[in-house]
Amino acid sequence: MKKEFEVISKIIKNKKRVLDVGCGDGTLMEYLKNSQQNDVRGLEPQKNLAQKCISKGLSVIEGDAEKDLIQFPKKSFDYVVLSQTLQAFFDPEKVLDQLLRIGKQTIVSIPNFGFWKVRLHLLFKGTMPVTKNLPNEWYNTPNLHMCTIKDFVNFCNKKNIKIDKSMCLTNEKISEITKKNMGYKNVFSQLGIFLIE
Amino acid sequence: MNTEMKNIKKLIVNQSLELDCGKIIKNFPVAYETYGTLNKDKDNAILACHALTGDQFCTNINPITKREGWWTFAVGPGKAIDTNKYFVICVNVLGGCMGSYGPREINPETNKLFGTTFPVITIRDMVRAQKYLIDHLGIKKLLSIVGGSMGGMQVLQFAALYPNLAHSVIPIACSASHSAQNIALNELGRQAIMADPNWKKGDSSPDKGLAVARMAAHITYLSKKGLEEKFGRKLQDKGSLKFSFDADFQIESYLRYQGATFVDRFDANSYLYITRAMDYFDLQKQFKGNLSLAFKDNKSKFCVISFSSDWLYPTIENKEIVIALNACGANVAFVEINSDKGHDSFLLDVPEFLRTISEFINSTYNEIKK
Repeated sequence: MKKEFEVISKIIKNKKRVLDVGCGDGTLMEYLKNSQQNDVRGLEPQKNLAQKCISKGLSVIEGDAEKDLIQFPKKSFDYVVLSQTLQAFFDPEKVLDQLLRIGKQTIVSIPNFGFWKVRLHLLFKGTMPVTKNLPNEWYNTPNLHMCTIKDFVNFCNKKNIKIDKSMCLTNEKISEITKKNMGYKNVFSQLGIFLIE
Repeated sequence: MNTEMKNIKKLIVNQSLELDCGKIIKNFPVAYETYGTLNKDKDNAILACHALTGDQFCTNINPITKREGWWTFAVGPGKAIDTNKYFVICVNVLGGCMGSYGPREINPETNKLFGTTFPVITIRDMVRAQKYLIDHLGIKKLLSIVGGSMGGMQVLQFAALYPNLAHSVIPIACSASHSAQNIALNELGRQAIMADPNWKKGDSSPDKGLAVARMAAHITYLSKKGLEEKFGRKLQDKGSLKFSFDADFQIESYLRYQGATFVDRFDANSYLYITRAMDYFDLQKQFKGNLSLAFKDNKSKFCVISFSSDWLYPTIENKEIVIALNACGANVAFVEINSDKGHDSFLLDVPEFLRTISEFINSTYNEIKK
């Protein structure tokens, strides 16, 4: 399991209800279900991945977060997880509103567009950044709304979203983001992981 | 045919069952077939519910019609629903014509065939009748209840009536409330039957009318693309158009064949009764307009499956079931399978579909055996 999922699963307490939005092939769900006795549900837009999850016995719905989150009642999950997909939505603000409505707490991870390699790429090459975390060209990237760690924190402040935990990942190393180190982390982290409500 | 009909397995239910129409039936036959072996713990039983024109012979050669069972692709040794491992039960629905209580049975009061004097039945009546058999077999909890089309409606009704009867529930290509379009199509079939002078107000089963009903229905089970690929505008005889009303096109000839062979195995009055039961099916209404209440506190694992080219029970109607399940926090999986084969996809060799049900059932079984 990738480091990001390790971090996310550590945030989630045992035996809680979890919705994994964009659950992919169900790796995180399987871990939460088998190792932490979580009651897990998933939503996945890609047919083949949804089928893969169902084959593993995971309760996954093929569906689109921008349309299908409405059906879940208010606060029906202890945690809602959204891993590296916020930037791919047409309307990330609306999706985030739904996540916060459904979950008592929400875990969001974002690829950090403020990472130094990304900055240097644009600065020196003058073309849209292509990195290990952002492997696509501008014309075929699914990412419509890229943001930096700082952007996301500012956004939460503006919307009065409470940030309970903020962490970042740099080369598989996990650390905490604080007010003091924000500028630094915004340059040197590849991924931001936030627990919000 | 008659000697084989006598060999059909039947449970004579000696309790009385009050039907939704208010009539009470008792000492009535419920015909069924089973495949595989029920294990010691009696926890490997799967109930497969058949669709409009199906029967209890879901796999192998049907001893009455001498044709392959309707779910041969899915059920059998080593197949998606593996009868080496699971005990599969399939029951002819109430109103059917393969040995269960229906219009082709003798009315004890008149000593004549019931015909249209048989009481109107509902999906819920069908389900209640099947429950007697499950009890009779001594099965407390089924591993799974599975079915497509009208079979899916029974699956949903089972879940609503008996919330803890199954570990998993698999409604396929169905709807929680029969749509206006589907009622209209059923009415078309019924009118074709009733317009045939040989119907005689239900005293007999008219071939022509029933064949036309089947032809019309058969079109709805396919998709435009599927028809285009299989038949296109291909002519029956390679020559030119005949400038007559014979079957010039292959699709015409195919439909006529479907109609002609159907009347040999099905009863027109059963067709009336069963299509009516489908039309009356409205699970949402049973729960005062809130479908979620049908699944409240249901601990079963649901797996809803639809097909991309099914316009009879389109994905959107299947998704309404998913939405209702999610709204009450039920445990639900959903997938739409890509297929050009229309509504009939659930009966055909669609590998992704078969793999999905197989692995879903296997994972459920592994969980309960853990």
